[in-house]
Amino acid sequence: MNDHPRLTAVFARLSFGRTSGKKPARKATDNPKWEKRLQKELMAIMKDPPDGITVSQDTLEGSDLSQICVNMTGPSGTLYEGEAFMLRFKFGPKYPFDSPEVVFTGENIPVHPHIYSNGHICLSILTEDWSPAMSVQSVCLSIASMLSSCKEKKRPPDNSFYVKTCHKNPKKTRWWYHDEDV
Amino acid sequence: MSSDDEDYLYDDDSDDSGNESTVNQDEDDDNDDFGMDIGLGEEASGSGGGGGGGLMMMVSGADKKGSDHAHPYEVLSTEQIVEHMVDCIKEVNSVIQIPTTTVRILLNHFKWDKEKLMERYFSDSQEQMFAEAKVVPPYKLGAKAMVAPDLGGRGVSLSAKSTLECEICYLTLPKSLTTALECGHPYCNSCWTEYITSKIMNEGASQSIECPGNCDILVDDVTVMKLVKDSKVKLKYQHLITNSFVDCNRLMRWCPAPDCPNAVKVQFVESRPVKCRCSHLFCFACSENWHDPVRCVLIKRWIKKCDDDSETSNWISANTKECPKCKATIEKDGGCNHMICRNQSCRADFCWVCLGPWEPHGSSWYNCNRYDEDEAKNARDSQEKSRAALQRYLFYCNRYMNHLQSLKFENNLYSMVKDKMDEMQQHNMSWIEVQFLKKAVDILCECRRTLMYTYVFAYYLKRNNQSELFEANQKDLENSTEHLSEYLERDISAENLVDIKQKVQDKFRYCDSRRRVLLDHVHEGYDRDWWVYTSDDITS
Repeated sequence: MNDHPRLTAVFARLSFGRTSGKKPARKATDNPKWEKRLQKELMAIMKDPPDGITVSQDTLEGSDLSQICVNMTGPSGTLYEGEAFMLRFKFGPKYPFDSPEVVFTGENIPVHPHIYSNGHICLSILTEDWSPAMSVQSVCLSIASMLSSCKEKKRPPDNSFYVKTCHKNPKKTRWWYHDEDV
Repeated sequence: MSSDDEDYLYDDDSDDSGNESTVNQDEDDDNDDFGMDIGLGEEASGSGGGGGGGLMMMVSGADKKGSDHAHPYEVLSTEQIVEHMVDCIKEVNSVIQIPTTTVRILLNHFKWDKEKLMERYFSDSQEQMFAEAKVVPPYKLGAKAMVAPDLGGRGVSLSAKSTLECEICYLTLPKSLTTALECGHPYCNSCWTEYITSKIMNEGASQSIECPGNCDILVDDVTVMKLVKDSKVKLKYQHLITNSFVDCNRLMRWCPAPDCPNAVKVQFVESRPVKCRCSHLFCFACSENWHDPVRCVLIKRWIKKCDDDSETSNWISANTKECPKCKATIEKDGGCNHMICRNQSCRADFCWVCLGPWEPHGSSWYNCNRYDEDEAKNARDSQEKSRAALQRYLFYCNRYMNHLQSLKFENNLYSMVKDKMDEMQQHNMSWIEVQFLKKAVDILCECRRTLMYTYVFAYYLKRNNQSELFEANQKDLENSTEHLSEYLERDISAENLVDIKQKVQDKFRYCDSRRRVLLDHVHEGYDRDWWVYTSDDITS
């Protein structure tokens, strides 16, 4: 009874996670061509920011473009009016051919049927429907419109189970996109 | 637009004589034995005196006729599959004058059903068809093609002087370095290459690579081949295309043998045996080993049953009980019915018979006063039921496994028999005269395989008059097969050559005829609905 097999398995996974975390992960900014694209993407948002979207102060001051944070204000006339959210983008080595990892972070995670309380977002363009012609800006707009079209503030039905069992990276989740309207 | 188009993708092999003649060649190769058998049979009966030999050949001829259907099938190598694909495209292209690469996407959309494509193409909903197949209709292309001359494919290189910004890398480049599909979304060539490469290599996509923009137009072969330079990627793309060609094509199936690169093509889909050039015999409908007399649905079920552990749980429910307190599973290994749970944190005392606490039983358990008639009966019934089901399964499974095992061993007989055949030829027997031994092993293996599957069939069968007849057939075949096996394994080395020849020939002819009788009976039963299955959801 003492060495419960499932517990050992969990420990093994945890320690594995720690050691692999030490290795520097490859990221988009390793390649100058894509670093340039990211710079231009940021410039575009700063120059011509979409409604309610600003690049966070940390990102502007920092030098690492492989991870950026964007502030989003709940669009007016919606259930989220006036609320402040923060989105974190991480760009892997295959960006833009592979989608960025996008989650809500910070204290306020929008209560929405497609957003889990840990910030993970169930949105098809973030995985299988991603295209390299999309950008930080278009992802922000999609998320904003997802918030705008919401009619009732509630968590996804499987929220508590998912949050307990999911991978840290939402891209490791196999999403089922069952409804297109919200 | 046609002739130079297909070469880009599947290099030179497509000399026009290709498909037909090569395939016929293969048919010949495959049927070599067949032709020879017939020839020999005729010769023997012609000379009148062939005796056993002549008769034997007639048996073998009949056998071939029985298992080779009237509808021939072809075995295609990877190259031939590609040729066949190109031929299909050409055929459609001769009727519909649109770029071959578009034809391929359309055909793929219709799962390579040419008739369906033609029907839709010539119907009113042509435009809708193009939209569903995710291509831009070629007649809409005219205007753009006038501006920028088509460079061999659907991918249009824009050659005007001005520059534009690639929406992927955000660099401003001369238009000549960009490419767009007919949908007109230009991206720079190096981004295209990287995009297509990552789709092919990371996602294994071939038929479904869409324009990177917010549009679903599919990337065509010409564009892929033009933009991708890495031969590894090109090769993988070709593999993926061929693979999806075979997978989508109802009339084709990959040989399921490990590492076999061939596919089998039939005239129409049915459950039937096909033999690949690698000598693997399988069912065209379900890809399993050829499983006559069982039907595909049942063999699927059987394999699943053998693979999953449904029988383990049956065993558990038949042989164990749960501790009433901690629900640990217990197998009783002694006579005493006073159980004390071994689980250190539980240690419950209870009665094995009624699973109630032991305390009230005291010393007089024989009058077990907690006995609940109904509850106990239910528990017993359900336990007995799963015990009976388990035993029934084990009965059939044992016999199935046993024949499977024998079949494996008997494959080794071939080498033993070959030695014997050499020896016999040194004893003044001709090459033809000793062939009966190989034939005998062939038949032995076929009988084994049939017997193996008869047990699967029997497992799902409900008893009735016909099933008893079937069992009688099965018994007879099993009996004679064991005899034949014994002759070949043991007596062959001991006895006189002439005697053994007569004996073996008589036996294998008998086995073969019994096997045929059994199969015919089962097939007749299928036609006449004789067979009743143990579970209602089995439809045949």
